[in-house]
Amino acid sequence: MYTFSSKLKTFSFILMAIGILGIGYGFYTAPKDIKEVELMLAAESHGSHAEAPKASHEVHGETAEHSVDAVAEHKEHTEHLEHVLHQLQNKPWAAFYVACIFFMLLSMGVLAFYAIQQVAQAGWSPVLFRVMQGITAYLPYGSVVFFIFLILCGLHFNHLFVWLGEGVTDPNSPNYDALIAGKSGYLNFPFWIVRAAIFLIGWNIYRYFSAKNCLAQDEANDDSFYKKNFNISAIFLVFFIVSESIMSWDWIMSIDPHWFSTLFGWYVFASFFVSGITMIAMVTLYLKSRGYLEHVNTSHIHDLAKFMFGISIFWTYLWFSQFMLIWYANIPEEVTYFITRIELYNLPFFGAVAMNFVFPLLILINTDFKRITWVLVMAGIVILAGHYVDFFNMIMPGTVGDQWFIGVSEIASVLFFLGLFIFAVFTALTKTPLLPKRNPFIEESKHFHY
Amino acid sequence: MSNKVIHAIYNDDDILMDAVKKTRAAHHHIEEVFSPFPVHGLDKAMGIAPTRLAICAFLYGCVGITVATTMMNYIMIQDWPQDIGGKPSFSYIENMPAFVPIMFEMTVFFAAHLMVITFYMRSRLWPFKEAENPDVRTTDDHFLMEVAVNNNEEELVSFFKTTGAVEVNVIEKH
Repeated sequence: MYTFSSKLKTFSFILMAIGILGIGYGFYTAPKDIKEVELMLAAESHGSHAEAPKASHEVHGETAEHSVDAVAEHKEHTEHLEHVLHQLQNKPWAAFYVACIFFMLLSMGVLAFYAIQQVAQAGWSPVLFRVMQGITAYLPYGSVVFFIFLILCGLHFNHLFVWLGEGVTDPNSPNYDALIAGKSGYLNFPFWIVRAAIFLIGWNIYRYFSAKNCLAQDEANDDSFYKKNFNISAIFLVFFIVSESIMSWDWIMSIDPHWFSTLFGWYVFASFFVSGITMIAMVTLYLKSRGYLEHVNTSHIHDLAKFMFGISIFWTYLWFSQFMLIWYANIPEEVTYFITRIELYNLPFFGAVAMNFVFPLLILINTDFKRITWVLVMAGIVILAGHYVDFFNMIMPGTVGDQWFIGVSEIASVLFFLGLFIFAVFTALTKTPLLPKRNPFIEESKHFHY
Repeated sequence: MSNKVIHAIYNDDDILMDAVKKTRAAHHHIEEVFSPFPVHGLDKAMGIAPTRLAICAFLYGCVGITVATTMMNYIMIQDWPQDIGGKPSFSYIENMPAFVPIMFEMTVFFAAHLMVITFYMRSRLWPFKEAENPDVRTTDDHFLMEVAVNNNEEELVSFFKTTGAVEVNVIEKH
């Protein structure tokens, strides 16, 4: 049995405390009204970051020349301020949302990997099942926070989802958006939140029963619980791939409701799947270093590292396929998505490729490196950070636009969820023995050698 | 001194593995082992150095991506930078996404083919090469270990009899 080291527990509480303070600070310092934004922009234009406001002033100047109408200029200026105000008000919300969905989907990635291992009857991984179950124990916590967040979006506490805004589907409203109105059969709050509820409940049910059956198998006299787990895992994987696809449209793609991409679901999947596998490797290495995983040898670690490597390449393949198809055809309604990202998010956009592709490619291609703990930990940290940036790139441009910054709000949100994650995962690990007893493949797995 | 070798023949890969370990422990030099199929762990038991073929392949891949990049940079950007359907041919990086499929394929092509050719050269395999198997049964269901004799013929023969060999032959090599 694993005992939660008091140091790690304290560490997780500190992370959560710092996180909450930082998140609170982010909300507190977000501007409340247009006047504050005006003051901020005025202060910025005198400072070093003069470019963006200057550009907007130039635009204003031109309009003034053409229309010579001071009233129109004033109106446009107000509209611009309102736009910036919404972006700045979104910033702490979006920062929270990125960290929240990242950690929740990360534990989903582990759950999907776990289900695949069950169905594939993998002979190497049963010694890691309890580690995987421990990591997925974050899912219920993450789901609850995430679901509450979605409801807050629906109650108009923020402007993260444009299509949730008031009047967008009403032809008589100044906010009317014909494109969004055309999609309102799918993108409407009740349907959206019910879908979210179904997916989250479905995933959590599988997680609950799979872990329960796995424990029951320990005490059983036959393999009936193992077979039960095999069956529910197969059913879950079918449900998962459908719900995953829809989830990616609902929770991420609908941030930019004018844009659409067919392989987006797979792309999101690859991103959190590789994060999940990396997290399995990291937690395994940690527990192993504390002497808790007697039967885990370098061959198991090597296999995990190969998955980290392979799925990193897979993510890049999808990233590039999505980017190159849109870049090549250059159809205006699709390409704006990438133009925003390249112009405003240049470093995070291409930095994510460097962190998630180039770095793992060069580090994890070597067989010997795949067995060295510190190499894997380093690669794992870069991959996890890289996929956080990937989610950042997916969500931020549509919510805060050019007002992005990885500052207090963003870092605090990550720290909060990291603390919650550590607490949930390592608490769950203390509750069950770290080695399944009567799994039909456990002997093979104990002696796994590559 | 005559060039005599012992051919110890086995009919089971487990027995062969044990015999290899015993022979190594007795410090007899194993010249060669012939087997109809890959025996897992045989190279480790024989103490053969790990292959460096993967390192070759990585380097060949680097050559491949260099060839692809140089080629397309010269053709599409330097030599005749046409406007083809509005694609930006001002610099390599601007038009790079369009070149990536070729860069990828060339990398794989060079890595794969040059590695295979390296393998053929290092293991001396080519068409019309004379086959080297000392006993035809080694391609079907028998394993053969070849050990050099250094004036210790009787000792070696009796040693291999104890390792479970179904046949121990002393062969004069030319």
